[in-house]
Amino acid sequence: MITLTSVAKSYSSEVAIGPVDLTIPAGGITALVGPNGAGKSTLLTMIGRLLAMDEGAIEVAGLDIATTPSKDLAKIVSILRQENHFVARLTVRQLVGFGRFPYSRGRLTLGDEEIVSRSIDFLGMGELEGRYLDELSGGQRQRAYVAMVLAQDTDCLLLDEPLNNLDMQHSVQMMHHLRRAATELGRTIVIVLHDVNFASHYADRICAIKDGRIVHVGLPEEIMRGDVLTEIFDTPVDVVDGPRGRLAVYY
Amino acid sequence: MTESLTDLPPAVTSPAAPVRARVPKSRLFTWPLLAGLAATAGLVALSLFVGVYDILGAEDGAEMFAITRIPRTIALVLAGAAMAMSGMVMQQLTQNRFVEPSTAGTTEWAGLGLLLIMIVMPEAPLLVKMTGAVLTAFVGTMVFFGFLRRVTLRSSIIVPIVGMMLGAVVGAVSTFIALSTDMLQSMGVWFLGSFTSVLQGQYEPLWAVVIVVVAVFVAADRFTVAGLGQDVATNVGLNYNRVVLLGTGLIAAATGIVTVVVGNLPFLGLIVPNIVSLFRGDDLRSNLPWVCLLGIWVVTVCDIIGRVIVMPFEVPVATILAVLGAVVFILLLLRARRRG
Amino acid sequence: MAEGTVTRPGPRVVAGQRHSGALPTARAGRRYATILAVLATLAVLVASGTLAWDNPMPFGSTGFWRIAELRATSLVIIVVVAFCQAIATVSFHTVTNNRIITPSIMGFESLYRLVQTSAVFFLGAAGIIAVQGVWQFVLQVALMVAFAAGLYGWLLSGKYANLQIMLLIGVILGGGLGALASFMQRLLTPTEFDLLTARLIGSIANADASYLAVSVPLAAAAGATLWLGAGRLNVLGLGRDTAINLGADHRRQTIVVLLLVSVLMAVSTSLVGPMTFFGFLVAMIAYQLADTYDHRLIFPVAWLTGFVVLAGAYFVLKNVFYAQGAVGVIIEIVGGSFFLAYILRKGRL
Repeated sequence: MITLTSVAKSYSSEVAIGPVDLTIPAGGITALVGPNGAGKSTLLTMIGRLLAMDEGAIEVAGLDIATTPSKDLAKIVSILRQENHFVARLTVRQLVGFGRFPYSRGRLTLGDEEIVSRSIDFLGMGELEGRYLDELSGGQRQRAYVAMVLAQDTDCLLLDEPLNNLDMQHSVQMMHHLRRAATELGRTIVIVLHDVNFASHYADRICAIKDGRIVHVGLPEEIMRGDVLTEIFDTPVDVVDGPRGRLAVYY
Repeated sequence: MTESLTDLPPAVTSPAAPVRARVPKSRLFTWPLLAGLAATAGLVALSLFVGVYDILGAEDGAEMFAITRIPRTIALVLAGAAMAMSGMVMQQLTQNRFVEPSTAGTTEWAGLGLLLIMIVMPEAPLLVKMTGAVLTAFVGTMVFFGFLRRVTLRSSIIVPIVGMMLGAVVGAVSTFIALSTDMLQSMGVWFLGSFTSVLQGQYEPLWAVVIVVVAVFVAADRFTVAGLGQDVATNVGLNYNRVVLLGTGLIAAATGIVTVVVGNLPFLGLIVPNIVSLFRGDDLRSNLPWVCLLGIWVVTVCDIIGRVIVMPFEVPVATILAVLGAVVFILLLLRARRRG
Repeated sequence: MAEGTVTRPGPRVVAGQRHSGALPTARAGRRYATILAVLATLAVLVASGTLAWDNPMPFGSTGFWRIAELRATSLVIIVVVAFCQAIATVSFHTVTNNRIITPSIMGFESLYRLVQTSAVFFLGAAGIIAVQGVWQFVLQVALMVAFAAGLYGWLLSGKYANLQIMLLIGVILGGGLGALASFMQRLLTPTEFDLLTARLIGSIANADASYLAVSVPLAAAAGATLWLGAGRLNVLGLGRDTAINLGADHRRQTIVVLLLVSVLMAVSTSLVGPMTFFGFLVAMIAYQLADTYDHRLIFPVAWLTGFVVLAGAYFVLKNVFYAQGAVGVIIEIVGGSFFLAYILRKGRL
């Protein structure tokens, strides 16, 4: 469970986030949606303690992220951002192996290797595990990163727009993998998504953010309504019943 | 996205554009600017009368005035304006606030050129030395721009660091050459910018930088467009390579000439445009005269300080500029840091 | 991530079993072992060549050993400098997540120049002697480390901490100090200037054997701390966000690593003078040779590479070109050309 209590962050007089109060229950996928610049990613990075908040408190699984040692948090919550660049040359398996760092401090045991193998296989990367990251396509690299945070074996997984730059096929595959991680592995996944249709199809809960505040929280069918989406996105949205569930139409 | 792009060329050629271009021109001689010009005139007058030699009392005062004070003051005005302008052009072309000839290696390249000419032709006239310095400064600036075009940078702060390391490489080559020809100390003296040795008959080539200043006034907007990248520039019908070559040529000319006649004027091109946009916002066209004036003020004030603090000796203007410029540069960085 | 010896890259690896070692395949493991062996052989060759080559005394005589002993001191200094520069540059690249910056431009060299120049400026030719001595050496190292620590404390703590702005401010401060040094150099007499020049160009001749008693323990302590924290360095190398995600105390560890780097750089600079691009050159070669992310494997390769390059340059320039004095400058120019070639390659920084 993730609890945010009057969390606020201000950049300048114009841009501010919060105060936000929000409870994300354990289990399932919670999607954060909203217009550009609404503060979705900022909120996610604050939960993942990558960005300090100005006010308020965040608890993940009962631990205050401001006071709990970072290395203990690393066993409870993992976060993956959109941009990951570094100069070292790593293979997929080496990267995923880093997911075990919170437990092994860099010296992998056989048990760690086992978990690494399972994470790689879970995302269907077994064939590619010896390849270097710079030899992979964007979609494959994204999957490798997700495998790393899976290997971290945390209850909570925070993902910042993991579908960015992925085509239709890879986006669907990625959401499919995440859905399985939530259902089969019982992880709590919080994910920032741009596309409400992806959110409505794969998420258990949707949390809509606008101008730095939470405007709606609810089940997909509660959010997937023309008037609600129109208000969130400031753009006329119709919701129709498609062959595989509700669809937001806005073009 | 497509819509806004197709809108762009008509906006530039539409009747609205000349009007927009004319507005700053009609505002050019505003009261503040006239006051600025008056302040410049005051500083110039002060510079003319500050010094050890008593030009009013001594018998040959008028002669000394013509031989040293007038050339020195003219050189201050020309060098200050030219270096401030080339800093501005570099910042527009790279779209990076922290780039200028001394953070891009250009000054070191100019120094290398001068050194090479001095070794090959020790008796070379000033014009030949200047050509050498301008040529190497041009090559060096192209190398720097080539680097910027090739790499994708995650942070604009890295750019001046790489530029200064580039300068250090060239500096190492110069040191090696100077060391093996026993010219190291004289090299240090030439490169340390100072107006002490600016005398009648030795500074006149500096007038060439007037062309640079005028050219920047004419072409400033093109540099901004080119700074947005080749694609954007081509899209609005600008010959990107030609504009970059022109800009590099102007920067190299200003840096090369000033290096030969005066020496390095570190950080001048960085602090002046930044301070101007701090006070006046980012309107390039109406900022240009202010960049010119502030460049003159800074150099003149630093030169007067250098003449006064250890009278009857002089501290080179470059030393004062380096210390003062470093302080201002750091303050600018701290300000940028607070804004994230 | 590797444990134990070089030839056994992954822990308890059974052939064919999947593992995440620092050297992904058995072939990579063999390649690494071969490179290390070749470097070690080269190092031994260069070292014995330096000791014995062109020794005017007959082999085995007392004179022979006395000359060899003098040369051995130079070799030890080269070992220390190569160690400091290699370990410092690699660690610096990792924490700044940037392989084009060398730690030496962060004010260490300018401070060194300023100290040496002021000594000559205020005390004349006697100043050169005045700044030599173990206590003066310690003081100079302490001054550089204090400068670096002040910089990090100021710019890497607090709400607006920003590593890159800290780097740039370090470079600018260095520029400011350098300008003061240039001003003083301008006022020196040519004789004083010549004396000073010798000190301002990186050279093994600048080092005094008595400094080793201080510099070896200092460098060893800093290097050992970095070596023991190699696992953490590997994580820092993944970038700030990933490192924090994996539970690293990114800010604190960055500052600790940078402080250790400053100790190494201060020791090297105070010992032999400025060497701006030597560390860069060595680190670049070492990354290609080691071809792994694991610092436990990169460090030895980098150290050996540094030794072979520096000692090899001395040997060749001394015995082939009779230009021993130019070693520092030539390494700078080669390293600088490497730097030029590197930044003009396409890439992402």
